[in-house]
Amino acid sequence: MKSRGQWFAGAAVGAFGCLLLAVPAARAQSSASSPTLEQAAASPDNWAIPALDYASTRYSTLNQITADNASQLEPSWTFSTGVLRGHEGQPLVIGNVMYLVTPFPNTVFALDLSNDGRIMWQYTPTQNPDVIPVMCCDTVNRGVAYGDGKIILHQADNTVVALDAQTGKVDWVRQLASYKDGATGTGAPLVVGNKVFVGVSGGEFGVQGFLAALDMSDGHILWKAYSEGPDNQILFNPQTTMSLGKPVGADSSLRTWKGDEWKIGGGDTWGWLSYDPKLNLLYYGSGNPSTWNPNQRPGDNKWSMTIFARDPDTGMAKWVYQMTPHDQWDYDGVNEMILADLAINGQQVPALVHFDRNGLAYVLNRATGALLAVHKYDPDVNWTSGVDMNPSSPNYGRPTVVAQYAPGSRGVNVNYTGICPAALGSKDEQPASYDPQTGLFYVPTNHVCMDYEPYPVAYTAGQPYVGATLSMYPGPGGYMGRFIAFDPMTGKTVWQIHDQFSDWGGALTTAGGVVFYGTLKGYFRAVDAKTGKILYSFKTPSGIISNVMTYMHDGKQYVAVLSGVGGWAGIGLAAGLTDPHAGLGAVGGYAALKDYTTLGGQLTVFALPGS
Amino acid sequence: MDVKGHSRIALATIALAFAGAAAAFAAAPGNPKPVKEVGGLWFDKDGAPTYNITKDGTVDWGTFVGYLRYNSICLDCHGPDGSGSSYAPDLTQALQQLSYSQFIADVAGGIKSVNTAQDLVMPSFATNKNVMCFIGEIYSYLRARSTGALGRGRPAKSAPDPKGFDEASYKCLGIPM
Repeated sequence: MKSRGQWFAGAAVGAFGCLLLAVPAARAQSSASSPTLEQAAASPDNWAIPALDYASTRYSTLNQITADNASQLEPSWTFSTGVLRGHEGQPLVIGNVMYLVTPFPNTVFALDLSNDGRIMWQYTPTQNPDVIPVMCCDTVNRGVAYGDGKIILHQADNTVVALDAQTGKVDWVRQLASYKDGATGTGAPLVVGNKVFVGVSGGEFGVQGFLAALDMSDGHILWKAYSEGPDNQILFNPQTTMSLGKPVGADSSLRTWKGDEWKIGGGDTWGWLSYDPKLNLLYYGSGNPSTWNPNQRPGDNKWSMTIFARDPDTGMAKWVYQMTPHDQWDYDGVNEMILADLAINGQQVPALVHFDRNGLAYVLNRATGALLAVHKYDPDVNWTSGVDMNPSSPNYGRPTVVAQYAPGSRGVNVNYTGICPAALGSKDEQPASYDPQTGLFYVPTNHVCMDYEPYPVAYTAGQPYVGATLSMYPGPGGYMGRFIAFDPMTGKTVWQIHDQFSDWGGALTTAGGVVFYGTLKGYFRAVDAKTGKILYSFKTPSGIISNVMTYMHDGKQYVAVLSGVGGWAGIGLAAGLTDPHAGLGAVGGYAALKDYTTLGGQLTVFALPGS
Repeated sequence: MDVKGHSRIALATIALAFAGAAAAFAAAPGNPKPVKEVGGLWFDKDGAPTYNITKDGTVDWGTFVGYLRYNSICLDCHGPDGSGSSYAPDLTQALQQLSYSQFIADVAGGIKSVNTAQDLVMPSFATNKNVMCFIGEIYSYLRARSTGALGRGRPAKSAPDPKGFDEASYKCLGIPM
């Protein structure tokens, strides 16, 4: 089957002219037998969008599994992906078919749910293995997308491929950037109407981040919006692109960089995408500015570490908000943007809720970009004392940085100790979930702190461009995992579950009142959304860094999770962490994750007993 | 005062020449006893970089610089303190069987092992000055880790930086001070 996929890839490139002619017929065929994305997403039985819905709530209205019966869950069927590396992301389910993608080599499987997961087709792209070492932090992939009868794959080498959802046949192939410059693909695409949106990874290689819009019919690039650079590259209108209620003005990015540093300035867009159909706005965040040595890039480094709201049709930015100006910690701003309508002071507000790597939970008005609330969601966050919420202050919207914990404050070759959170953030890409029934957000977090020692680095295309030495260790209390039920308007943590290792798996909430997530030791958990009581636990074969999903098949609700340890969690924790402040002579060191789990990708699907 | 700068660039050049030869053979490093110091970096009797850790635990400057550079560039795959990760091998084990010439060949030339069982690829760092300007220091650090002479984490005490080290480093990296 592998060779078939390769043959099709070759055919798609080699016989491009023929392919163009064939497209209208293929489209007519697929639209006759395949649902549109809107139709597929409208059924609660399906999981048709990587984050379940455009709002990225990861809240399912399925309610067969409840807080009362979740303790009876049992594994229903399993599937080995045959790949060892870290398994992030989540499968899709559309009708009778589950689609999932593995880490490099990015094999896509279509599994028949009516036949115990029989493989209907699989597709493995041909990629140069030289892409592997330029993938900072493992060869992960956060999932495929669906639309117009096609499965959209974002490959490791930053190539986007459309496959016929029924046959796996290649429809079109489009390369966005080159891995030879350090640009790679890990993020899940988002399909809106006749467009596919895809970001890029490479913040540790100085890659100038962008979001690309591709035409669903043939993959041609409609627009590309960079995170840094001149206004015509970042698609800003100096008069109408707003930040905290004011126009950004001309050259809003260039003014915040020294010379041409922005060209290797990072701000990559490897996280999650959300969309509001009513406002017709697309939301996502940009990552860290390159290098990790802040002294080498004076200025705010806009628009790294920024929440963007863009018009999906033109790419033009409507509003932006930079959360961490002049980053000194690697607090990428790429985590999911959850669109929730919240009751604030008695009024329904179209809100955007974002749990940032920097340890702050932001609530903004997603129509205007106005800042509504900012709270720490881990009380031990210490690099900032909070965000200036006074609209008349010159520092409005800026975090107040605590110099002691700011690696740019006393120059290079200084070891800044005891910074919380660590570079991997209070939360990394593992998505939170919003349950409208409880009104709470369920957030998997990393309770890890660090020492950070910046020093000068040279840039070479396609080579790591880091410039700081990090030492990471568990935060106060000695645990690293903290799964919380949180109210971002008040900053109140309603309940929390601690774990030895970081919680690196994404959360799922359901109308049955049950929250699901997985742990790095490999435990799949069902938890009472109201109380935090663990209702069910099952040890999967490997650590979980993926996101739990649910679907309904033949009238029965299933819950599925990929296990397969890796990612930043696998790199930072596999060897265990040491505490440099444990005192001289302390042999210490926290237990290693490798004592609990090892590599290997597997899907485990759970259900209640009986038919 | 540029002597050290020249020697640092020369070292990086020699490293590349080694990689070009690529005559790889597994050989355990010999006696790590330091006999000679150049610009803060110590060498054993065979001319391979080594560590010099005094009884009170003070780590020589070269090994300390190796700690800093390793835990920035190499950590992303090989994990903190050379201890390995889910992505790349434990270097505290690997270095026990790796001579300096083989080490340079691997770092500058890269390693590729892609088959049905695994997909391990180490890139070539030959053009990466952040690595090649400090290749001796990184080897010295990992050598100390592999023999157990140095534990995990940031060395608590290190010898002072030798005069001219910063100038030489910036010059080798090719960036203004």
